[in-house]
Amino acid sequence: MSATSHAHDEAGQAPLVGSLGVDSRKLGLWAFIGSETLFFTALITTHLIFYARTKADLAAKGMLEHMDPKLYLGIDLTTILAAILLASSLTMVLALAATKSKEWPKFRFWLLATIVLGSAFVLGQVYEFTHLYHEGLKLAPQYVYEGETVKSLFGVTFFVMTGFHGLHVTLGVVWLIAVYFKVRRFAASPENPMDVELVGLYWHFVDLVWVAIFTLVYLI
Amino acid sequence: MAIAEQKLTSVSPATASSGSFPWRTWLATVDHKKIGIIYIVSAFVFFLLGGIEAMLMRVQLGTPNNTFLSADVYNQLFTMHATTMIFLMVMPMNVGIGNYVVPLMIGARDMAFPRLNALSIWLFLGGGLLLYLSFLTGGAPNGGWFAYAPLTQVQYSPTAGMDYWILGLGLTGIASIAGALNFIVTVLNMRAPGMSINRMPLFVWMNLVVSFIIIFAFPTFTVGSIQLLFDRQFGAAFFNPAQGGDAVLWQHLFWFFGHPEVYILILPVMGMISEILPVFSRKPIFGYSFVAFSGVGIGFLGFIVWAHHMFGVGMGPMANAFFAAASMVIAIPTGVKIFNWIATMWAGDVRLTTAMLYAIGFISMFIIGGISGITLASPPIDLQQTDTYYVVAHLHYVLFGGSILGLFAGAFYWFPKMTGRLLNERIGKIQFWLMMISFNITFFPMHIVGTEGMPRRIYTYEAGMGWDMWNFIETIGTFLLAFSVLIFIYNVLSSLRNGEVASNDPWDAATLEWTIPSPPPSYNFLHIPVVNSRRPLWDAKYPHAAGDDHHGPSSAPSQVRYEYTDEETEGAKDIHMPSLTFSPMIFSGGLTVASLGFIYINKDILGLPTRVAALGFILIGIVMVSIAIRGWILDSRKDSPYLSQHH
Repeated sequence: MSATSHAHDEAGQAPLVGSLGVDSRKLGLWAFIGSETLFFTALITTHLIFYARTKADLAAKGMLEHMDPKLYLGIDLTTILAAILLASSLTMVLALAATKSKEWPKFRFWLLATIVLGSAFVLGQVYEFTHLYHEGLKLAPQYVYEGETVKSLFGVTFFVMTGFHGLHVTLGVVWLIAVYFKVRRFAASPENPMDVELVGLYWHFVDLVWVAIFTLVYLI
Repeated sequence: MAIAEQKLTSVSPATASSGSFPWRTWLATVDHKKIGIIYIVSAFVFFLLGGIEAMLMRVQLGTPNNTFLSADVYNQLFTMHATTMIFLMVMPMNVGIGNYVVPLMIGARDMAFPRLNALSIWLFLGGGLLLYLSFLTGGAPNGGWFAYAPLTQVQYSPTAGMDYWILGLGLTGIASIAGALNFIVTVLNMRAPGMSINRMPLFVWMNLVVSFIIIFAFPTFTVGSIQLLFDRQFGAAFFNPAQGGDAVLWQHLFWFFGHPEVYILILPVMGMISEILPVFSRKPIFGYSFVAFSGVGIGFLGFIVWAHHMFGVGMGPMANAFFAAASMVIAIPTGVKIFNWIATMWAGDVRLTTAMLYAIGFISMFIIGGISGITLASPPIDLQQTDTYYVVAHLHYVLFGGSILGLFAGAFYWFPKMTGRLLNERIGKIQFWLMMISFNITFFPMHIVGTEGMPRRIYTYEAGMGWDMWNFIETIGTFLLAFSVLIFIYNVLSSLRNGEVASNDPWDAATLEWTIPSPPPSYNFLHIPVVNSRRPLWDAKYPHAAGDDHHGPSSAPSQVRYEYTDEETEGAKDIHMPSLTFSPMIFSGGLTVASLGFIYINKDILGLPTRVAALGFILIGIVMVSIAIRGWILDSRKDSPYLSQHH
């Protein structure tokens, strides 16, 4: 006995659920998402600051009409990509629901659908990047539009911001694949719902970041 | 994963590690206490390195027109001195002591994520070693610790030094965020029954606050350094005004992190002081809630004052006025803490142990640094003093007079818990006075030369500016300061061997870590304690004074039995602790190797072979990380409390 009284260790608490009544891993992931929010805020803000400057420069020269770097960004492909990513959030929810009701064939279908949609988004972004590169928008402090060179950081901020989002989606796909195989191998494991819930949380967050980027960068 | 409050049948680490080499139990450890000690020892080594850098600079500045160091070497030294002391000394020392003490204080058997904890220590070491490798590979970082643009652009800082800085600090940054997530979950989710939030020791409170500051402050620094890396490696020009970039943007991104960072350095130390003062005054902390919530207040305010580092930029009167006012507001919660500490000692039964002397030293020196801080928060005064030695004096009074004196208090206080032996008090007191005096000899004259206009970061100065005598005195002070650190090293080494053996509770303290043996067994608590007040151990020792509202011990402690019986210790082998694993170390090694490769990815110093080698390093790094992730998943299944229940 030590100096103080003791709790019974076998308090009958669910595994990993601690003083707050929340699973530790989930709590940790929420905190991580909080941290990531500031990461993307800094990237998006940098982009918006420099874009506003480019626009002001161009407007002063009366060139905004035909030289706006946004003319590079086709809205059609991006809208499709956004729809794909949003759809993947829905399939993610369905996969989690299937895990909770232990309907494993359903789970496999919906998780695979999420993986396919996520990969489609990444491939779409790779296509968009190569397309922009050939059009003249590069990772350089100027861009060439219709043969004319404009001094602007648009390409730099755009590629770094969307590139890091794409990296997050890619890591999400890798995580989804890992969970898919883990659950397939250990279908009876009691920790499956939490495994799926965690990757789902991350996935929805990455999706939400895209909603912000799509709205602030492509739409407005 | 979380293991406290689980009693599961499995092999205890003691039996799991028996028969293997002792180094394995350290390198593959996931025990928060061992990880804490690795943090503390490595941070202390970096403290010595940073101290040597400081002494070299002081020798150079001791006399005017000195040629002991070249301007280039001097630039590297002041950059590395600050980077080391902030990122490789005070931060990891706080984390190390927190790692050791926080789980003990809240009655947990480990951190929430022991493997993530191991990842943090090895990533921190990888980052630190990467930074120091730069000395051997063509020049250390030389752009100052806040790396102002456009000086850090590749054309003005052509060595790879700044790339080492970005990636080295990138690794320690990941370590810090991972560590902070771990602290948040541990403190919120691993508390023993009855340890409600408003019963947590103040050191735990401050670690929680600091962890939130870390996860919200570090990302902007990460983004800024990534952008700087793209500037240097791929010609992106984020911070290069000549190409349309913005040098001031760097300052905003950096200081949005950099100012909260100074609270990351000081708040845990304030937490230590808030533990030590009550114990050696034999009174509960005065105004517990005020001290706790002032810490929270400082944490919040810390995020809206960053631009007071940028008054010299010319942001305009509105911005200056806002940031000046916000900065001065911080003096309120800080003052609340200081008055509460003084009130804690007031009419207390004060015992002037070495730890207590350091705690009082902390308060008095921190007040001086705080007051010079308030003067600097005023834009007109700041414009006069910015980039002078007055700023150097201010920051050393808060970081050395504050953080480091406080850390020495913590070292004397918790050394017996960590090692089972007490540090020598007599030598400790001599060292305290020598350090206090030499600290003031070194840094107080900097106020004077600063107001007389001596700029910081100059490698030499002309004779006859009126600075000669003070600079010479400062240099002498530095040597005395170094001598006092040597005395401390002697004290540690001799006490480890011959020091007085520490009981469980050598200070008659109040918190849970003193209820268990010194040093604690790997599982910490044989039984998870139940907590009924803010001072669980005082409750047990002084039953008549128990409870949150009572004014503390007034009589001799009642006899408390600490030792476990053999029969009870026998039960400890049923406590499941996570297995040893090398995966976190391999993961960190992989990231470090890949970072090293990335530094040379676009450098053509040696032509083609450099780039091929760089790609090779990155590839090796990725392979190591992949191996580590696989091992990590297998480990987590092996130790999963979900699965163990089905045995």
